[in-house]
Amino acid sequence: MTVDLNKLHAVGAIAEEAEGKWGMVIDMDLCTGCQACVAACAMENNIPYVEEVDAGYGRSMHWIRTERFWEGEYPEVKMSAYQPMLCQQCGKAPCEPVCPAFATVHSQAEQINLQVYNRCVGTRYCANNCPYQVRSFNWRDYQDSRVRPEITILANQFNPDVTVRRRGVMEKCTFCIQRIHKAQDKAKSEGREVEDGEFTTACAQACPANAITFGRIDHPESLVAQLARSPRAEHHLEELGTLPRVTYLKEG
Amino acid sequence: MADHKHHTSHEEHLREQHLMLDPMPRGKMNEMVMESMHTTSWKFWLVFGLLAALVAYALFYKWGVMILEGLGVAGVNRPSYWGIFLVNTVFWIGISHAGTFISAILRVFKAEFRRPFTRAAELMTTFGLIQAGFSIFMHMGRVWLSYWLMPYPNQRQLWPNFHSPLSWDLLAITTYLLSSTMYLFLPLIPDLAMARDRTPDGTWQKVFYRILALGFRGTEGEWTHLRNALNIFAFAIIPVMFSVHTIVSWDFAMATRPGWNSTIFGPYFVVGALHSGMGAVVMVLAVVRGTMKHMKYFIRPEHFEAIGKLMLIISMAWGYFFFNDYIVQWYGGDKWTKELLHWHEAGPMGWMWFGMLICNVAIPWAILWNKKWRSTPWLLFLVGMLINVGMWFERYIIVPISLTINRMPFTWRLYQPGIEVWLGIGTLAFFILLYMAASRLIPLIPVWEVQEGQMAHSLKKYGRETVVAVSDLE
Repeated sequence: MTVDLNKLHAVGAIAEEAEGKWGMVIDMDLCTGCQACVAACAMENNIPYVEEVDAGYGRSMHWIRTERFWEGEYPEVKMSAYQPMLCQQCGKAPCEPVCPAFATVHSQAEQINLQVYNRCVGTRYCANNCPYQVRSFNWRDYQDSRVRPEITILANQFNPDVTVRRRGVMEKCTFCIQRIHKAQDKAKSEGREVEDGEFTTACAQACPANAITFGRIDHPESLVAQLARSPRAEHHLEELGTLPRVTYLKEG
Repeated sequence: MADHKHHTSHEEHLREQHLMLDPMPRGKMNEMVMESMHTTSWKFWLVFGLLAALVAYALFYKWGVMILEGLGVAGVNRPSYWGIFLVNTVFWIGISHAGTFISAILRVFKAEFRRPFTRAAELMTTFGLIQAGFSIFMHMGRVWLSYWLMPYPNQRQLWPNFHSPLSWDLLAITTYLLSSTMYLFLPLIPDLAMARDRTPDGTWQKVFYRILALGFRGTEGEWTHLRNALNIFAFAIIPVMFSVHTIVSWDFAMATRPGWNSTIFGPYFVVGALHSGMGAVVMVLAVVRGTMKHMKYFIRPEHFEAIGKLMLIISMAWGYFFFNDYIVQWYGGDKWTKELLHWHEAGPMGWMWFGMLICNVAIPWAILWNKKWRSTPWLLFLVGMLINVGMWFERYIIVPISLTINRMPFTWRLYQPGIEVWLGIGTLAFFILLYMAASRLIPLIPVWEVQEGQMAHSLKKYGRETVVAVSDLE
């Protein structure tokens, strides 16, 4: 697959970055806005349960959210499609160059954007510079049972493959990198490549309408690459040249 | 006879007007400055104690609470990840600018009116930068790891990211703090030596002055070295000063945010910094003149008049850059920027946008054009205060209000300040507290500079005319 960098508004990006490795397609025609992806993501990635007051002030920390828009005033309301929004794993991510501590970095192996929690000092510059506003900040120690005894029981269901984060640290969607690594390890021990559809992210797995597809975007025959070639395909805020890895299929 | 009388009164008038033409014996002047330092009323200690309590509570206690509980106690939030913390950082760096501006630029241009108040202005630079440092460290999520932003050699070979404007910022502010502190210290040495010689033996102040005066005795060689060092510093610190606020503006201008990625931000921020800084200088001078002994001799209406003129020019420059920034963003036609500009004026915080323009442009222009008004200390205090309110509004509009509007309308949300209001009050109290403490310990008036100026100025009579003669000192 060859990429025209000028067309992608990403002059100066290297071809490997532009092409990417893992990708996602979200079909907005299929999405029903049921929020199963949000719940599944929270379970998989140990996303803190934020109490009522903070959540009411917009501090809930979900890595994926279902946005909905409407036009007009009630009752004459015209709804738009639901739009699940998560980290777009940009090839040229605006969050990366602004971090003074190198806590948000680009992974060479997976070609995705990673957050190194224990390097983060919490300047929150990355979140300001993220055009998709998909980063969430640990405003308090939401996951420390010494601070919040009521979550002790919730701690029993933590995913052991994923760490927990403390206060003052930025976090965001990782494309379920623990699942990527698990599948790669399994394939490697069996002496083969990871097959398309062998595993998927938590959100894609939970979606009852199959609106989310995840896989190798750089393999032309994979399902996700085929969907991404659809005439309905579009990237959000493409004009910024961020090279998003998440493709949206707009309403047909 | 009548003519002679006229000349005398003209001469008297000149002496009354201008400090440089109203010389005083050196011993007497030294005495006055020492007395102004040592005359302390109970009112001073009352204010000092109240401010110290406020600093302990609002700055250190509240900050401790925030460190322990996390930034959740503040109002910062998606999408306004930076709130009053960054507003105050930019505000204090702005305040700190006027110190160097007055001191270095006016020294380079040999503006004589600068002499009595360079020190008062330079102190603002150092103390203002300390508050800026507080504000920026407070806003970090894990401040106890802030040393990771320093480029220090370590086993893991981890370095800070030199691509990040925040790294540039850290280096620029550190450079500015170090160089401005040295620049404050250099012209202080002769005055510290003066204070040392006039402090009785056996007091801790004597030890303090003896150590800091570095054994200055006033020999010809020492003066030559001091003049050379001051010349180098005055020239070298001017580009540092301009670069610091330009780099602070790049924290915003380098980001991909509507309303932030404006190419004019560099000079716009520098002028804004000078605007608020001059306002702060004039406020400090009015308070010092009104409260400290003998200060009415050193700081006269002529100084307010001269600073008032500078304030008017800077206010006009700020108005130009504001208009430039606005018109370019508007003409750019980006839909999010247009949304943001509309939000600035017509959003729930629109009163702040109009308040900014009234305080920064309308009021200075309405008052400072008049020579009599701009020579009135209390009126200039008022204008300076309003300019500072307006400039604080400007930073508030640039940081949390502009952050409200982004390219994801689903996340738009108004910022509601929390504990950062207390912390901001704490930095203000700490600034005043440091200033009050300094006014008891170091001579606020650079005595030797005033004396040098008075030696250079003289009144000469050419026929019937009395004229001011200035000899070049260097």
